[in-house]
Amino acid sequence: MAPRRSTNKSQQRGDKYSVLLPTYNERENLPLIIWLLVKYFGDSGYDFEIIVIDDGSPDGTLQVAEQLQKIYGEDRILLRPRAKKLGLGTAYIHGIQHATGNFVIIMDADLSHHPKFIPRFIEKQKEGGYDLVSGTRYRGDGGVYGWDLRRKLISRGANFLTQVLLRPGASDLTGSFRLYKKEVLERLVERCVSKGYVFQMEMIVRARQLGYSVGEVPISFVDRVYGESKLGGNEIVSFVKGLLTLFATT
Amino acid sequence: MTKLLEWLLGVSFVGIAWGLVTFDLLDLQLPSVCKEVAWPIPVYLLVVFGCYSLATVGYRVATFNDCEDAAKELQAQIKEAKEDLKQKGLKM
Repeated sequence: MAPRRSTNKSQQRGDKYSVLLPTYNERENLPLIIWLLVKYFGDSGYDFEIIVIDDGSPDGTLQVAEQLQKIYGEDRILLRPRAKKLGLGTAYIHGIQHATGNFVIIMDADLSHHPKFIPRFIEKQKEGGYDLVSGTRYRGDGGVYGWDLRRKLISRGANFLTQVLLRPGASDLTGSFRLYKKEVLERLVERCVSKGYVFQMEMIVRARQLGYSVGEVPISFVDRVYGESKLGGNEIVSFVKGLLTLFATT
Repeated sequence: MTKLLEWLLGVSFVGIAWGLVTFDLLDLQLPSVCKEVAWPIPVYLLVVFGCYSLATVGYRVATFNDCEDAAKELQAQIKEAKEDLKQKGLKM
């Protein structure tokens, strides 16, 4: 029998990419993000699955996810919901446990992260054999849409402070659009104790500590929710607290 | 070593060097020019750092890319996705 010819190197090596989508009240956005993921994975030919981790959304997100599962298949869309809002770190742990891929992609489900960058993450990872690839808004042609001057100032100011204090070797630490080798993500989530923005920062800082290699890909971040969720004093204070804690403990 | 300890070490090193020169603690009989120059250096460094910070953050804010095209593309794709999903039987 003639050997099966693979059209894609990663198929030969059996690379599979598990996308973790923690959701809370994303009834409107979930179909759209899944449509985009299916489109870009389909076009690029990489093997994938999408794991939807819904934290008991009252708006019916899970029901929409079930419909999508019927449309795209249970091998592509996995539903692993939880009873209530339990936080990102545990969502990752929960998702990893059910992931059959050897790579894990984390991203936001609200369309601020665009799946078109995923093939670029994958290529970057292959190019350098990186343990993790981080999407950056601050380098190359990365950028943001929908931010006013105040938001940009806070963002750049916070990032500058982080660079000075932590010298992390990555340009965007609070970003949450990343590709990890599965075992790397597992190890890092075990070790991280912070919450919110600082959690994502801690992941990269600990990755450096453990000697993992970090690649970067410029991404565009389209913020459609900023108008509703302004970055207030509380968040800034907790960010600074978290940053100082990382400064003192890592 | 934590970043905090690295900083404390670095600051101590600079501080000791500054103290030795400014107050001539090793009794090296340095020319007074040296002492006069060394004395304001810590403040000078802070001011330089402050200016550098302002300039850097200012530059980065000014050159922060605005992704107009990405937003437009997303809008178009949202329309396309909604149409396609309706055809596939999604009830939104």
